[in-house]
Amino acid sequence: MKSEVTSVYMVGVGGQGIIRASDILCEVIMRSGLDVKKSEVHGMAQRGGSVTSHVRFGKKVYSPLAPKGGVDILMAFERLEVLRYLDYIKPKGRVIMSELELYPPAVNLGIAAYPENVVETVRNRVSDVKEVNATQMAIDAGNIKAENTVLLGVLSTYLDVDAKLWDAVLREAFPAKVLEANLKAFAAGRAA
Amino acid sequence: MKVLMSGNEAIARGAYEHGVRFASAYPGTPSTEILEAFAHYDGVYAEWAPNEKVALEAAIGAAVAGEKAMAVMKHVGVNVAADPLFTSSYTGTNRALVLISADDPSMHSSQNEQDNRNYAKFAKVPMLEPCDSQEAKEFIKIALDLSEQFDTPVMLRTTTRVAHSKSIVTLEEEGNWEDKTAVQFNASKYVMVPGNSRVRRQLVEKRTTALKEFAETFKGNRVEMKSKDVGIITSGMPYNYAKDAFPEYSFLKLGMVYPLPDKLIRKFAGKVKKLYVVEELDPFLEEQIKAMGIAVTGKAVLPFANELDPGIVKNAICGCSGGEIAAAPEVPPRPPNLCPGCPHRGVFYVLGKLGAFLSGDIGCYTLAYMKPLEGLHSTVCMGASISMAHGMSKALKDKGKGKVVAAIGDSTFVHSGITPLLNMAYNGSDAVVVICDNSTTAMTGMQEHPATGYTLQGQPTKKLDFAALAKVLGIENVQVVNPYDLKQVRKVMKEELANEGPSVVIAESPCVLFRRANPTIGKPFRVDPGKCNGCKLCLGLNCSPISWRPFAKMEEGTYQRKTKTQEGIAVIDSLYCTGCTLCRQLCKAGAIVEEE
Repeated sequence: MKSEVTSVYMVGVGGQGIIRASDILCEVIMRSGLDVKKSEVHGMAQRGGSVTSHVRFGKKVYSPLAPKGGVDILMAFERLEVLRYLDYIKPKGRVIMSELELYPPAVNLGIAAYPENVVETVRNRVSDVKEVNATQMAIDAGNIKAENTVLLGVLSTYLDVDAKLWDAVLREAFPAKVLEANLKAFAAGRAA
Repeated sequence: MKVLMSGNEAIARGAYEHGVRFASAYPGTPSTEILEAFAHYDGVYAEWAPNEKVALEAAIGAAVAGEKAMAVMKHVGVNVAADPLFTSSYTGTNRALVLISADDPSMHSSQNEQDNRNYAKFAKVPMLEPCDSQEAKEFIKIALDLSEQFDTPVMLRTTTRVAHSKSIVTLEEEGNWEDKTAVQFNASKYVMVPGNSRVRRQLVEKRTTALKEFAETFKGNRVEMKSKDVGIITSGMPYNYAKDAFPEYSFLKLGMVYPLPDKLIRKFAGKVKKLYVVEELDPFLEEQIKAMGIAVTGKAVLPFANELDPGIVKNAICGCSGGEIAAAPEVPPRPPNLCPGCPHRGVFYVLGKLGAFLSGDIGCYTLAYMKPLEGLHSTVCMGASISMAHGMSKALKDKGKGKVVAAIGDSTFVHSGITPLLNMAYNGSDAVVVICDNSTTAMTGMQEHPATGYTLQGQPTKKLDFAALAKVLGIENVQVVNPYDLKQVRKVMKEELANEGPSVVIAESPCVLFRRANPTIGKPFRVDPGKCNGCKLCLGLNCSPISWRPFAKMEEGTYQRKTKTQEGIAVIDSLYCTGCTLCRQLCKAGAIVEEE
């Protein structure tokens, strides 16, 4: 019964477009005909704090929050954030992560070290880990802020959803000025 | 039509669909988006009130005048509005009145996690609790109907995970709004002098009895029978967690958490072998069910504090989590921080070095308590900075001379700072009040207030003048400073701390994210590595674009030590720097220069 619900957990830093990305994912899922719920905590978006968003979908979804050990796909928008939420991933879950490193205040102040060998640590827990240089891919697509769309492109290859739905929702989600870059970023993520 | 909506958007939509045309609120996480969404519907009146007490009283007035009304606030806001709440329970409301209380289990953005279900019982008003966005929209209609049918304010309680979760909602046509407004007189109902109150008091008891009867057949109180081995009584978001964890068990889902349907609960309890209550925070349902003489397990296995999730519920009830959980390694915390270019940063950098007690308040600047700024030493509730500083100054007498400062934001000052400032003038404090005026309610996402000159619905209006107000209240020493000028802030603070009597210092500059106020954004800076001597003074500002690059992590030959002990250099990420100049003011080596 429980396995009918798929849980995606997006984690990163305020200002990275995580809430936008999870909104887009939810819209795509809803249009595919499934039930979907999402949950996040607002208010830290502009203040550099840790930001997370749960998205859960299936035939019928009750809880918008996944339990620890219950996430199918953990999407980390920043490298060390994947470690902070590693306890959420299922043993056979998948990890999508960005190579981007953003230093927390304690690292900036020189009182804590930025963790090393993050990808190796993650691989010790789950075998399916996909790391991409989302920042460079977004720059290549024409807008550094499209990192979130790059990661959505990667995610889309893991989900059984018609590519046309993604395209339609992306076209509604972005204003004309940045649409082209976001479509390119999405395609780059899909091809990665 | 089906759309994705947050609980807050669904409440706004439901209120609009069912004829609410008056709403008053004070912003507070997780309630803020309700009024922001409601304000955009055609033909509605929506306002930001200076505080929650004013919001609820305004809504009572609107309902008594015959308009369906809604007052919206976060859980601690109900403390401020408690006075009108308790007595409006006696008077009743004429037309519908709904009070939305948005609670914050786990204190994601709050100073406490009080369980406002207690207010329903305390004030003797019914309370509904939706579990998702669709139900939030439906329950608003029920709340409005109940309010008119039973002549009572009705509380609708959400929690952060209802307010800020999104789920699928079916939209309906807007209901027909009916104009029932009129000047009507009914003094024995609305003048709560003891003689009238005693009469109304009896009616309140009768109403509660009638509401209990209603609860027995209310469709929102729903039995879902499955396995009779275990039954779970629950409400709101915890219903979803329990349902997710135990789809095979039987459920009594309570849509109305006060008053409770005794007969329905007894009947359900009689059908199952083992009974649990799954609820967040206080044992509110559990205690009432136990008082009915029913054996039930709740807080004996579930936590008293913080929000639940399906894993916590599963673990508590069956001692299993349902899967292997990998441990997450320790990583450096990433607490929220003042934004790059924030006008509060310079003020609190100076305040943290004064050696004075900084009585703080509620807002973004509360974050300045953390290392390395450490510019704030207490935060209790809205407005407490000023009243507490007054009490300290009086208690400390000479020992407090030049040692007591209150710091409060503009919106918080309007909310609850004016009366304590009057108290300082009236009773003669010797403390300095700093009003950090960033021209908006920044913490909750840029809401207007009486000192911004605009209303919620975008109309220009009278703008409160803080300096003039302070003078009128009786504060003689009032100065305005530019928070980006460290020297000026330091000089003025020293002057005012030395002055006799209470002073007000207004640090005036708009929030750097607040586009309407046209904040100052300059050219970004960079660090000249040839000049940086590694003194780390700039890092003391805790500005996120400034980071430390140790020589140990740099290639040999790419750096040069200015002193024997230098261990690295500061670096500025020019992508995020707003050119506020604070770090350049601190840098004695002249290493911080404009990006070409």
